[in-house]
Amino acid sequence: MSKFRKNGKKGMPAISTASLPDIVFMLLFFFMVTTVMRETTLFVKVQTPKATEIKKLEKKSLVSYIYIGSPIKRLQASFGSAARIQLNDAFATVEEIQEFIATEQQARDEKEIPYMTTSIKADETAKMGVITDVKQELRKANALKINYSTRKGTY
Amino acid sequence: MASNRRGLPEINAGSMADIAFLLLIFFLVTTTMDQDTGINRKLPPMPDSEQETPPEINAKNIYVVLINSNNQLLVEGEKMQISDLKAGAKQFINNNGMDPRSSDNPEKAIISLQNDRGTEYKTYIRVQNELAAAYTELRNDASLGKFGERYADLDKTKQKEIRKMYPQKISEAEPKNIGGNE
Repeated sequence: MSKFRKNGKKGMPAISTASLPDIVFMLLFFFMVTTVMRETTLFVKVQTPKATEIKKLEKKSLVSYIYIGSPIKRLQASFGSAARIQLNDAFATVEEIQEFIATEQQARDEKEIPYMTTSIKADETAKMGVITDVKQELRKANALKINYSTRKGTY
Repeated sequence: MASNRRGLPEINAGSMADIAFLLLIFFLVTTTMDQDTGINRKLPPMPDSEQETPPEINAKNIYVVLINSNNQLLVEGEKMQISDLKAGAKQFINNNGMDPRSSDNPEKAIISLQNDRGTEYKTYIRVQNELAAAYTELRNDASLGKFGERYADLDKTKQKEIRKMYPQKISEAEPKNIGGNE
């Protein structure tokens, strides 16, 4: 009498789960390859405007981001709801942009500097006043390639 | 096993799936998949103090687009809806001297864009988008007529040729206040 025949008359054989790790690892590698790490925590609410004539932003390592929008709900008590600029992980003033661009340029190879792009991720409700100021600062910092971040879609 | 009597016992791999799931979930949470897309533009360099005055451009070759703080458009002195801007810009660029008050040819045509400090970013992007769309459509028409392919499908040298026919000249004025309110 083998002990395994005790209760099941002729039940379903157990499905082997030996290949489950392989499947999960495959998924894991897929996600590791296709995604990028979240680089900053957003302190401002940014919903980019929609556009149709969009291009993909290439060479992510050469892109620096400027976020513009009103602070997120949690921070509105201390920072108000007026549009603000975020560089890296902190709020910034317009004057700090030149310094920010200079640090970004120093971190890159000298040959790559002309290919550096500044991506402006601004909320669609932001006013052009802030954006014009940012653009003027970028011109002063000689970072002339810009990209207005948009979503695909029409109004 | 027959070959090694007292060899290593086999490691239980049952928890491998759990470990892998944990890693998978970690990567799902900390990474983003969204491709960054947007409209590429090049800013003009800061004007030098000793720079000579820019060359005179015939006023008829400039298509003036103004956006005020109420997000309304004034194109060539007349009010216009954003939805009509693409058609208007296309007509202006492709005028080729037909209308004596409009541009001489696509190479000379310049679009001048000016906005108020109070203009909404959304409107500004829509206008930029419409103007870019006008150029894209013109380039597509030209390349379909000339090479029988869409502009985006052409190779680099052919694209350059089309770009030379329809250079995208969108000029943005030095910032100033149009229509007062900040």
